[in-house]
Amino acid sequence: MTIEEIENEIVEEFEMFDDWMQKYEYLIDLGKSLPIIDEQYKTDNTLIKGCQSRVWMHSELKAGNVIYTADSDAIITKGMVALMIRVLSNHTPDEIMNAKLNFVEKIGLTQHLSPTRSNGLLSMIKQMKLDALAYKQIS
Amino acid sequence: MIESKNITEVQLDIEKIRADFPILSRKVNGKPLIYFDNGATAQKPKSVIDAIGNYYSNQNANIHRGVHTLSQEITVAYENARSTIQKHLNAEHAHEIIFTKGTTDSINLVASSFGKKFIFQGDEILVSAMEHHSNILPWQQVCEERGAILKVIPINKEGELIISEYKRLLTDKTKIVALTHISNTLGTINPIEELIALAHVKNIPVLVDGAQAVPHTNVNVQLISADFYVFSGHKLFGPTGVGVLYGKEKWLTEIPPYQVGGGTIKTVTFEKTEYADLPLKFEAGTPHIEGGIGLAAAIDYVNKIGLNNIAAYENELLVYATEALGKINGVKIIGTAKEKASVISFIVDGLHPFDIGTILDQLGIAVRTGHHCTQPLMQFYGIQGTVRASFAFYNTKEEIDLFINGLERAIKMLN
Repeated sequence: MTIEEIENEIVEEFEMFDDWMQKYEYLIDLGKSLPIIDEQYKTDNTLIKGCQSRVWMHSELKAGNVIYTADSDAIITKGMVALMIRVLSNHTPDEIMNAKLNFVEKIGLTQHLSPTRSNGLLSMIKQMKLDALAYKQIS
Repeated sequence: MIESKNITEVQLDIEKIRADFPILSRKVNGKPLIYFDNGATAQKPKSVIDAIGNYYSNQNANIHRGVHTLSQEITVAYENARSTIQKHLNAEHAHEIIFTKGTTDSINLVASSFGKKFIFQGDEILVSAMEHHSNILPWQQVCEERGAILKVIPINKEGELIISEYKRLLTDKTKIVALTHISNTLGTINPIEELIALAHVKNIPVLVDGAQAVPHTNVNVQLISADFYVFSGHKLFGPTGVGVLYGKEKWLTEIPPYQVGGGTIKTVTFEKTEYADLPLKFEAGTPHIEGGIGLAAAIDYVNKIGLNNIAAYENELLVYATEALGKINGVKIIGTAKEKASVISFIVDGLHPFDIGTILDQLGIAVRTGHHCTQPLMQFYGIQGTVRASFAFYNTKEEIDLFINGLERAIKMLN
């Protein structure tokens, strides 16, 4: 699937929720269910410093696609991180760099991307794109 | 544990008070706003908002030196605002009140100017373990520039300064002590008068960070004999961008100007400048005029209710919320000093403060989460951050009930 198709899929999933509680319960479940990073990569080097919740992110290039793994100490952030990985991971550097990520607005979670949320998610997206750029330049 | 200080139910007409604050009637995420982030900034009564509006509608002109009527009128209003602050703090002179941008700006001013004149290689500056970053970093900077050493007064697990250690740290090398009056994270009310007296025994001046104290308690700078006392307007129900530096005349006269420029001079030639007397020596550039006027309106408002009434009522809220939080499994209050202002920090077993704050926000409840700009204090407690609820006199026990319900709901969702 393309990045846009995955985004649309997520938007459809979120359309089923009636209220904020179901939405957040879903995010919390996503956050709980995902062992998303290998412990060896959970270091200060991979730590994206947000003001409040900490996010660790690791990436590698496999067969021309960037694979991301990540973790956070806050469960809601972790749920958001899981969504970002589902959308961006396993795509080419070009696709990742061009991704608009409009789905965040469509599912009503833009507040998590405003700089004041300080939850490290915005920094994480920036880092994901920077990593993609770096892989593009290497190859 | 905190005890009610033998105060029976305080008679404040909270409903009438709440009507003075327009923002309290708005909704957040479809729910009535419950604003428990007063430690970060307080809401503004209509009298403050009107004072600012009136300034721009009817009074706007630049202060000092204008010969026209508007300039003269606003100069009088601005200087009256200074006098209002002087009386409120019981400062000896109006020129001991310096308008600044806020607490951080005031501390930077003192650290820089006092540092240039009085801090040298090997000297020591004393702060406490519970300081806000704004009362650490300026001093750290001075230490780096002047080759001085920053010393830290430790605290106990309850979040109280260890006085015996403080006494031990006051030495011949100590050039200044910088202490918070009330901790923004723990709510601890420090025995500031006693702490200042101990420093004065050794002729060491003390700067007090009063940012969290002025909204909750009467401050009498002459009684406590503070050498410098600093606070922000916006936490005292006034505008953002304006604050106060009170300094004893003796110190403000001795230390050099901080920023220089328009307004700070008597005469200027290219060879030499003679600086103005206090307070103008420290007020470079066109000031935050409506800020000063708005702050005076806020002080008038608070004094109408009475800070003693406010303190007593807020203590009721503190006791009520502390008891309620204590009944929730897994909740641990950080900061259990005997003397506390209406600030409660807590953590919940296994849960991240950010997650709790996010769920509470969905319920229209504004709390603060994180390290509260006191990272060394978080390190002391071995935690990443806390959830902090801080109450003002317009908050109610009913709101605390809703907050407790919301917290229980958040804990259930997140577990």
